[in-house]
Amino acid sequence: MNNLVAMPLVLPVLVAVVLIFFRHSPIVQRVLVVMTMFALIAISSVLLRDVHEAGIQRLDFGGWEAPFGILFVADPLAVLLVLVANIVTLCCIVYGFRSFTLAYEKMFVYPLMLLMLAGVNGSFLTGDIFNLFVCFEVMLLASYALITLGSQTIQLRESLKYVLINIVASWLFLVAIAFLYGTLGTLNMAHIAERAQQVGADPLITTVALLLLVVFALKGGLLLFFWLPGSYSVPPVPIAAMFGALLTKVGVYAILRTFTLMFTTHAAVTHTLIGMMAMLTIVLGCIGALAYRDLRQIAAFNVLIGVGFVLLAVGANNETAYAGAVIYTMHDMIAKALLFLIVGTMIYVTNHTAYTDMSGLIRPYPIFGWLFFIVMLALVGVPPLSGFPGKILIGEGLIASGNYVMLAVGFASSVVVLYALLRVFLQSIFGETIIPKEEKVRLPKTMLGVMAVLGALSIALGAGAELMMPYVLDAANVLANPSIYIEAILQREG
Amino acid sequence: METIMILLIGVLISVATYFVLSRNVTRIILGTALLSHAVHLLILTIGEVKKGEAPLLGNQTADGPYTDALPQALILTAIVISFAVTAFVLVLAFRTYKTNGTDDMEQLRGDEHE
Repeated sequence: MNNLVAMPLVLPVLVAVVLIFFRHSPIVQRVLVVMTMFALIAISSVLLRDVHEAGIQRLDFGGWEAPFGILFVADPLAVLLVLVANIVTLCCIVYGFRSFTLAYEKMFVYPLMLLMLAGVNGSFLTGDIFNLFVCFEVMLLASYALITLGSQTIQLRESLKYVLINIVASWLFLVAIAFLYGTLGTLNMAHIAERAQQVGADPLITTVALLLLVVFALKGGLLLFFWLPGSYSVPPVPIAAMFGALLTKVGVYAILRTFTLMFTTHAAVTHTLIGMMAMLTIVLGCIGALAYRDLRQIAAFNVLIGVGFVLLAVGANNETAYAGAVIYTMHDMIAKALLFLIVGTMIYVTNHTAYTDMSGLIRPYPIFGWLFFIVMLALVGVPPLSGFPGKILIGEGLIASGNYVMLAVGFASSVVVLYALLRVFLQSIFGETIIPKEEKVRLPKTMLGVMAVLGALSIALGAGAELMMPYVLDAANVLANPSIYIEAILQREG
Repeated sequence: METIMILLIGVLISVATYFVLSRNVTRIILGTALLSHAVHLLILTIGEVKKGEAPLLGNQTADGPYTDALPQALILTAIVISFAVTAFVLVLAFRTYKTNGTDDMEQLRGDEHE
């Protein structure tokens, strides 16, 4: 029992409610929201230490023990993702201080961002699959409100599609839960895992697993991503950055959790299928990233390449690959937030959306230009930066399991990402500047500072990978050996 | 009893699918509402609609069989969520209609150059 486990969900919800009463004083809202975020980062750091020292932490709500009650489980993977999610959200919110207009701040943008974070944290931490559905809905309702905030013509048009797609996906999730409950008679994840192992490779369970895969693939943008590029390019910059960094990662986390813990018995079907879907996602994401000139579309397709690359690890299905998936997901959250913020800033200072209409941004904004260079190298996976350890571990895992085609596709995508971003870099950051001195839009220090912090984090995660490795290996150990998780929850001797 | 329920769920889902596939936004929303009704009935049916005793703690007089209470808790949660989402999407559809001037999904595609 550890009450801290529920805090990443409870604290943002409470503060969001309080913030509603301070609607007309943005300063109070800003102070409160920053304090909350720092508290959340501190809480998740303490949790990370606890989990590393004392093993998986749990909180049974109302004292109802598993498998009968709902519980929150802080396992290494969940806590690492919660920590990074909180840091990224803090950065997006601080960026928003300069980028949101007063109308946004009065229309509850900070409470909504906190509520979305609460849903994301809840999805990472919950140990009950129906509770996962509820946390998904908390996150999605906040995201529906955030994506429509502003009510521009194009925004409403795209968000209507986003909302309808997600309603249908949530419906499929409920259908899958109903069949899961009908087949195995339980909703606790550890209990499901135990019973699924006893039943063995049952076709009905595999069907349910595939139904859940469709749901999570829709949410996470794995192959079924047709809704993603349109809807991620319409909201304001900090919100789009939060979407790009967090929402798809929740789907990725759900796939990792479901297919490493619960549905492991029919890996020849399920895990191979996920690997294939990941490969196709990478290929299609690369085509998209090369095809568009609109920077927001290029950024959105880069999200897809990241999702595909992480889930190659499920195709490999061994501990090395899972370690790579954990650290690569953390890297991807930071790098995608930075990429969306940079792209948004480029559009803000030039008033154009296509990179071909920009040129020579490095002259008026030197630090900003080099930040683009950093994020490009990080996404490609150049050694001192954060993309490298994840890529090499997933690569090792794929070699160990003999999936050479996936390996080739995964690493070829790095080259394509390099090409897609390098042409943006050469065209719009380098080259003759088109912005005359007197027309230069001032870039607020807060915005630049936030992007610099994210860039520094990316370097730190890459250069300090050795320091993070113990935690990452913990997470990979739990992913590769589901019995650790099951024993910690059901407290039976294996 | 279960057979009748399953047939009803099937009818609801077919009607809902027909609605969701139409071009009019209001019809699509009606379709999603029907879909959620169908899945609530599905959850109820899958826990077996049997007439057992109420599963109350301390109810010593009855010695089973008890009715499974969990599906009802799940449905209650799902109803609340689908109510909130439907309310939101109705408002969203109305605003989209007012700003875009159409409720035809074909015209809301967004890409004029196809």
